[in-house]
This record gives sequence, structure tokens and C-alpha cells, in this order.
Amino acid sequence: MSGYAADVAALARKDLRLELRARDTLPAMLLFVLATLVVFHFALPARAGDDPAYGLLWVALVFTALLGLGRAWVPEREDGALDGLVLAPCDRSAIWLGKTLATLAFLVAAEVVALPAFALFFAPLRGSALAGVALADIGICAVGSLVAAMAVSSRTRELILPLLFLPLAIPLIVGGVGSSVSQHGSKYLLFLVLYDGVFTILSWASFEYVVTE
Amino acid sequence: MLIRAREVEKRYGPVRALRAVSFEVAERGCLLVTGPNGSGKTTLLRLVCGLAAPTRGMLEVGVDRSQLGFVGHEPLVYRDLTALENLDLYGRLYRVPERRERIGMLLERFGLWDVRNQRVSAYSRGMTQRLAICRSLLHDPRLLILDEPYTALDDEGAAVLDRELDALARERTLVVATHDVGRIGPLAETRLALA
Repeated sequence: MSGYAADVAALARKDLRLELRARDTLPAMLLFVLATLVVFHFALPARAGDDPAYGLLWVALVFTALLGLGRAWVPEREDGALDGLVLAPCDRSAIWLGKTLATLAFLVAAEVVALPAFALFFAPLRGSALAGVALADIGICAVGSLVAAMAVSSRTRELILPLLFLPLAIPLIVGGVGSSVSQHGSKYLLFLVLYDGVFTILSWASFEYVVTE
Repeated sequence: MLIRAREVEKRYGPVRALRAVSFEVAERGCLLVTGPNGSGKTTLLRLVCGLAAPTRGMLEVGVDRSQLGFVGHEPLVYRDLTALENLDLYGRLYRVPERRERIGMLLERFGLWDVRNQRVSAYSRGMTQRLAICRSLLHDPRLLILDEPYTALDDEGAAVLDRELDALARERTLVVATHDVGRIGPLAETRLALA
């Protein structure tokens, strides 16, 4: 394994280990997404059809991700651990990538429960919708990990994170909903691939400037 | 010279955290930084580490991050990991050769071997400080920057650190901010009193 990949693996493994110990992110995400789907199930009129339900699925997924992102950098904030990582001689983008992969793992774990629940409550998921979820997850975690790192050092982080993240997530929701309900789902999937490519590179390249003066 | 600072000043908005200071530290030298609370000792050390950038002045540090060890006000470790897991993570990031042996030796030396598998959240403040010192020494740094390293250490911990610093002062460069001048004073060739 190359040095960079080894650093990313060590950092992501650390986050997974912390979550296994503390169990304060994934259970909250699971409870939130299930509760939200139950609420939507009773809130949506029976004759509304499948399309509004897909829209609500994306609302539930984005806010579940936001919940996970809000906790993502908390262990680094406590006891100055982020300073320790910043001082380490690894490429600083490895810190971002490790966090992105760990957050992605938590989001996928929440979706493993949420998507069957959605199929049970509302409608079966098409292949293009599943592909849309997978592609949007990458963008959500890549951009979200960057803006969560920006927000974590602020006193008003709970306010700043949604304000920074949600506008950046709008294209992902457009692409995700489009891939779920449109007859031309592949166009939206291509749009999500493009978003992931551009924003992943931007987040990767700009992380160093977020954590240093 | 390993560190050269000319009229280095740090401001956070309108607040001046560090008045302009100039100093030099030679390779294998020891700089003792003293001053009352709020005089900018911690700020100066963070500037030398590269954790902050000066607002004004010139600061040159002749080592890169891989050769720099830092003990700050905070321990820079993860509370929900054990001492062993914390040091293993940093050992990997610093590419420490013979990592396990080095970690074992440091934990033994600083009296943490028996509690190596306990989470840091269960440690006392003094034990956490010992771990922070182990973390800073893990990669055998050329430049060691210590901000109040004796904080929370008991007599035994302070004696271990005394011995360690005494040995390091002969072959490494030290920058130490402390109120405990009696312990570091004999090692320091240069003193910087901040006002």
C-alpha cells in the first residue's frame, strides 16, 4: 500500500473504531431516517403516487447525512486532536479523505436500513434510483466533510454547517430526484458523476487551506 | 540557526496575541520562554510549530513537520482510543520505524504500560499529559516544542520528564514555555521573557 493510501486507511480505521466505541453517530442516523420515513408515510396522502415519495426520500437522506456530518469532526475538536493530525507529516488531504470514507461508511450503513424501509412504506426502488443514491452519497460526503471541517472550529457550528452544506447539496438533490423519477434518469446520473468529480477534486485540493492559517 | 524570528507578531483581529519578538535558536540549543498569563507564550509556540501564521515579521524554522514534536495545552489525542491505539495511529502517520517497539519503550518509560489498553477518557489529567509527551517523542523529533510540559505531572512524572529533557537537550533542539523556570533553567542557553 502506498504511503498516502496507508495514511487514509489508518485515519478512516480510527474513525470507524471511535464510532464502534462511542456509538453516537450511526444509531442517531438510523433512528432519524427511520422516524422521518414513518412520519412521511403518514403525512403523504395515499393517492399521492410514487413521485412525491421519492422526493421525501431525498429529504430524509440529506438530513440524515447532515446529522452524521455534524458529528464527523467532533473527536478531532476534543483535546486538540486535529492539531495533532495537522502537525503529522502526512498529506493533509489524507485527513479529509479518511473522514470522507468513514462518513460514507456511516451513511451507507444508514441507507442499508432506510432504503428497504422506503420500499416497504412507499414504492420499490428502481435501479436508477439506487445508482443515484450511491453517486449522491459520494458528493454528500466529499463536500460535507470539507464544510463540516470549516464549521467545527466555530462557536456556532450547528448553525453554520447546514447553512454551508445545504446550498451545496441542492444539485445533488436535483440529480438524485431526477434519477429516481425521470424517464431520462441516465442524464441525471451523468450529472451526479460530474458533480462528484468536480466537487471531490475541489474538496481534496482545498482541505489544506481549511485546517491551516 | 534552526529557528530565526524577526519582529514576529500575531494578531487575531484587533487583539494582539503576541507583541513583536525577535530571537534565534541554534541547532541543539534550548530556548526558555517565560512570561505572565496572556503574554503570548502559547501563541509563539503555535507559530513556531506552523499551527498559526504570523501577522507580521519573519519566522524561519529549519525543520519540516516530520522532525517536529509538540506538547501543547491540549494532549492532541483521542479520548475514546487507548494509549496504544493513539500512539499506533501517530506512529503510522509519522512512519516510525520499529513502531511497536518504540511505543512500548515510551509507554514503559513514562509509566503507562500497565494502562496501555485503557481508553484515554479513563486517564487522570497527569496520565494524559504523560501520553501527550510520549506522542511528541514518538518519532524522535529534531525540534521539540513544549508548552507547560509539567502541567498536571506528579513528582514521578516530572522526574521522568526531567531526565528525558536532560538527555534530549544534548542532541535535540528544545523550545519550552513554562512558569517552572527552576526545572528548565539549567538547560536553557537562551531565555525569552514575554511581557
